[in-house]
Amino acid sequence: MLEIKNLHVSLEEEDKQILKGVDLTVEAGKVHAIMGPNGSGKSTLSYVLSGRDGYEVTDGEALLNGEDLLEMEPEERAAAGVFLAFQYPVEIPGVGNMTFLRTAVNAQRKARGEEEMSAAEFLKVIREKAKALKIDADMLKRPVNVGFSGGEKKRNEILQMAMLEPKMCILDETDSGLDVDAMKLVAEGVNALRDEGRGFLVITHYQRLLDHIKPDVVHIMAGGRIVKTGGPELALEVEQNGYADILAEVA
Amino acid sequence: MANPAVKQDPLAARIEGLTLPDGAGWANDARGAALSRLTAMGLPRKRDEYWKYSDPTTLNAPEAPRAGLFVTDEAMPFSDTDRLKIVFVDGVYDADASDDLTMEGVEIERLSDALGRDIHWARDYYGVLETRGQTPVERPLAALNTAFATDGVVIRATGKAAKPISLIYLHKSETSDAILHHLVKVEEGASVTVLENGPAAARFSKCMEVEVADGGQFHHVRAQGRDHERRASTHMFARLGQESVYKSFTLTVNGILTRNEQVVEIAGDNAVAHIAGAALGDGATGAFHHDDTVFVTHDAVDCESRQVFKKVLRNGAEGVFQGKILVKPHAQKTDGYQLSQSLLLDEDSSFQAKPELEIYADDVQCSHGSTTGAIDEEALFYLRSRGVPEGAATDLLVLAFLAEAIDEIEDESLREDILTRLQGWLDRHRG
Ligand SMILES: Nc1ncnc2c1ncn2[C@@H]1O[C@H](COP(=O)(O)OP(=O)(O)OP(=O)(O)O)[C@@H](O)[C@H]1O
Ligand SMILES: [Mg+2]
Repeated sequence: MLEIKNLHVSLEEEDKQILKGVDLTVEAGKVHAIMGPNGSGKSTLSYVLSGRDGYEVTDGEALLNGEDLLEMEPEERAAAGVFLAFQYPVEIPGVGNMTFLRTAVNAQRKARGEEEMSAAEFLKVIREKAKALKIDADMLKRPVNVGFSGGEKKRNEILQMAMLEPKMCILDETDSGLDVDAMKLVAEGVNALRDEGRGFLVITHYQRLLDHIKPDVVHIMAGGRIVKTGGPELALEVEQNGYADILAEVA
Repeated sequence: MANPAVKQDPLAARIEGLTLPDGAGWANDARGAALSRLTAMGLPRKRDEYWKYSDPTTLNAPEAPRAGLFVTDEAMPFSDTDRLKIVFVDGVYDADASDDLTMEGVEIERLSDALGRDIHWARDYYGVLETRGQTPVERPLAALNTAFATDGVVIRATGKAAKPISLIYLHKSETSDAILHHLVKVEEGASVTVLENGPAAARFSKCMEVEVADGGQFHHVRAQGRDHERRASTHMFARLGQESVYKSFTLTVNGILTRNEQVVEIAGDNAVAHIAGAALGDGATGAFHHDDTVFVTHDAVDCESRQVFKKVLRNGAEGVFQGKILVKPHAQKTDGYQLSQSLLLDEDSSFQAKPELEIYADDVQCSHGSTTGAIDEEALFYLRSRGVPEGAATDLLVLAFLAEAIDEIEDESLREDILTRLQGWLDRHRG
């Protein structure tokens, strides 16, 4: 599904290298988790994959089902199936949540040559999915993320993911800011989407999320590289001992 | 060019080809007085403080600069609205194209008919608000209009007007120089909606004086657009009685030079004045310069005024806002609000703003704000990351930016109409 090979990324503005050779493959149907100390480059990786400006890829590649992701515009990547649940979802005053989502769903469908969703059908589907995530009608009407609490913003990200049904879901610290119940809702939302044709890359600092969303593979990122890869037990190890041992071991 | 060495007085040159239309004695007096005002003031000059950001040269020129005709098969704004249509072609009333002027709740006459009558209510109003609007800031082009206006309508609302009155300005001659003057009197408790649209002329001078008596309501929605080479100077002068309402919204797209002045005097307690505008300019399809110049005077207690002006500018388009709220000493409990914002879609475009508050009463609430900004890149990326193409994502952000101005249009179908125009413009002007 997603193949990242030897990815080197610097900031465009300043001469600072952040990703220093990331190798990572997420197979369809699998959940991969990435853990790692603050500032190790996890969000940068997620932004580079989704096409945010400001980064320069100096080496390596990223392929989605064999297609060169890095050549595509952000909207093309989205239509191809990439979705990033932002660590910090953006507030957009004046743009209604519903209008935004319907525009997005139909833009993707159009880009893929599929039929657009009618207003009525869209309404029906979104109501259902919002209900499962305990997002009320009022939140749907409000401008995108404006005045949403931290947890509401994260749930809204998952709602968008549920509506867009992407192939490659990247979740950047979606658990941060969530209370215990909300975390369960979000995990259920994610698990409902788990499917043979879909890959997940879940960035998190805590084992707790991984109790709910069981990963197949866990990676540790440090200093702009994947320094260790293992099974779910790796997350438990981090939870108990922090990163010191692992970093010492690979240093 | 008889003698280029002798520099002719610009005002004399400007009015040389114009004649004062002949009417009833009082009307001739009013026109004569306007000409005297104009002569005393002279034409606006580039160095005038009030013309600092807009160059009046082409408005002052003896002849209208040529303006190409814009042909489109697109339906005109307000086409879906049930309205009474009054059509002017290059500034001349077209009876055949216009609807019958009789309508429940209003009396409508052609300006020349009203001004030709010895006894007419217009006698107490023609040029009166324009004259009042000359202080504290001079508006010579408005005086010129009052003096030389060749056509227009006078509207007296005596009850609730059955339909909106739709003034449609068609442009069929590349060199037309139109001067229209309208007079609106909204009697006590009466209400009327006036719509305006159309390219009008190569050069267009339009003045509308609006007297709103106690409890009266005047609503105004205007769409200026589709004529890229327009040069227009328009004035709205209004005076509001007690508990009256004045609401005006203007959408402006394209146009080499558009100066829209609004002068509103709030004279009765508990009156409300809302003046809003959305302007979109794209320098890639011709020069664009749009100037909103607004002056609201609070001269009564417990009144509310709102100015909401938004401009979206790209490819070297220029926007100007000069807005003032003047609160006289006894105008207590005034609630005044003024917002002027521009969204610059690139670094070539510019916005000049001169927001002013002058307050002499102590118990008032007045705020003003002016901002110039670019598209929020974070928001743009967020939208694109969900699959919304860059152009459509920009449109969503542009519409969000304009929303506060658009929302000033109370009537939902008119608001939808304006939104359709806006969307059309955005579709045609993708980055
Ligand atoms: N635009 C930028 N300007 C300057 N430094 C940046 C920028 N973007 C990222 N960095 C730096 O790159 C490094 C990696 O940042 P990134 O946000 O990817 O880390 P992270 O692993 O997601 O951290 P966290 O766990 O705290 O979310 C950090 O040192 C950060 O300060
Ligand atoms: Mg991060």
